[in-house]
Amino acid sequence: MNRHLLSMNDLDREDIESLLATARVDFLDLSKRDIKKVPTLRGRTVIDLFYEKSTRTSTSFELAGKRLSADVINVKADSSAVGKGESLKDTTLTLNAYRPDIIVIRHPHVGAAAFVARFTEAHVINAGDGMGEHPTQCLLDIFSLQQEFGELGGLKVAIVGDVLHSRVARSNIIGFQKMGMKVTLVAPPALLPRGVEALGAGVANSLDALEDMDVIYLLRMQKERHEDANYLPSMREYIARYQVGLEHLGGGRKVLHPGPINRGVEISAALADSGENLILQQVEAGLAVRMAIMYRIIVDNAAAAVEAAGETTAGASEAEVKNIHAVG
Amino acid sequence: MSGVFVKTVVSADQLGRTIVRISHEILEKDQDPGQLALVGIHTRGAHLAHRLAKLIEQFTGREIAVGELDISLYRDDVAARGSLTVRSRLAQPEIKGTNLPFGIDDMTIVLVDDVLFTGRTIRAAIDALFDYGRPSCIQLAVLVDRGHRELPIRPDFVGKNLPTSQDERINVRLSEVDGKDEIVLEATREEVES
Repeated sequence: MNRHLLSMNDLDREDIESLLATARVDFLDLSKRDIKKVPTLRGRTVIDLFYEKSTRTSTSFELAGKRLSADVINVKADSSAVGKGESLKDTTLTLNAYRPDIIVIRHPHVGAAAFVARFTEAHVINAGDGMGEHPTQCLLDIFSLQQEFGELGGLKVAIVGDVLHSRVARSNIIGFQKMGMKVTLVAPPALLPRGVEALGAGVANSLDALEDMDVIYLLRMQKERHEDANYLPSMREYIARYQVGLEHLGGGRKVLHPGPINRGVEISAALADSGENLILQQVEAGLAVRMAIMYRIIVDNAAAAVEAAGETTAGASEAEVKNIHAVG
Repeated sequence: MSGVFVKTVVSADQLGRTIVRISHEILEKDQDPGQLALVGIHTRGAHLAHRLAKLIEQFTGREIAVGELDISLYRDDVAARGSLTVRSRLAQPEIKGTNLPFGIDDMTIVLVDDVLFTGRTIRAAIDALFDYGRPSCIQLAVLVDRGHRELPIRPDFVGKNLPTSQDERINVRLSEVDGKDEIVLEATREEVES
């Protein structure tokens, strides 16, 4: 992995496969043990810096850090010096003085994670930057799809709903296509970003397009980001035309949703309550994938630093790779 | 002139006989097969554990619990070597993690590895085991003990003692992973005698 995880553009397909293999092999079953902890990041410090409300992302990052034995501190904007007017730069510099190894940041503005990365030596993980990106969500979605479908190449996925305001959609359009999936965006024109075709995804304005799909990826209707304009004539009309329910399933089609769901808006109550969606599998995957991200961001970069320092003699590394289990 | 010196120190036949002997020694020491479990350390230790279990089953007519342990998350050099471990594991066609399909509480666990060197892998394996339960005792079986211990760890069952120098390398090859059984000594020498 690179030094930071800010965008799905930071990873190529090989990186994604390798990272998710780590999640599957090393971390998925950890939660089923009585002792749900490994000593891998003992002594490391993780700061979770959250400027937006979050349940699953913040709890899963906190749990992931703790289960890796790191010391985890949660800083919530509403109960910190941020409320006293401290800037993001000053908060970062302050936290950086504690020498954390990883800073996880969730912020309402695009580019906030990249901004934080400029002022700290820690590895920065973007846990959602406004309408920018949410790469760890994308990775756990890819993981959940792999668990369900195996090989993802050629799979057809519709991303349905409030694409305009969705960082999840942005990361998933990038990530799903890297995995060889065909992506179609399904939304009323007002909820599609201008020039979205440039990202390579197809566009449809009706749920009829779902007929052809293997996966339906539902987005949350982000009503809190609708205050600046009227994007929809009425919620009732949106529901009538774009709500996905059990009637849209069939042919092994699976439904994903990043949560939290708006029951009765983008997803029908019947679909939300049925076993036909992968929502809870996504939550479970989120923990394993975030553990893998923290583990790999530390070990990959540490190993790269050792190699760069020339401590690994030329030629030895390949032999070591082959014999790593034989020499201990 | 420098060159790589390679020598087969244990042949396939010898290796087979050595494994049979270790299985007898385990049975001699641990007489209740019901309380016995073999846990192999990935990758080659796991294959050795399965071979030993099969032999013990033949001798006793009773099934022996076998598991596999991956110690990557318990290494003491996560920062420096962790990534190499990750990459080497991902290079394997079918990577597997820890698999202990039985409770280890109150069992006699025989850890199995191919080469015993510094002892650090075994330290990590013991730590990992304790996160799965509380065995009544842990023993260690290795195919090769090459010396150079850095921790106070000693094997209970040894296939072959092969005194080596630090810059030599012992490669255990097993048919399950390498296509054939043998133990090879590799050394880089400044001068190769003719």
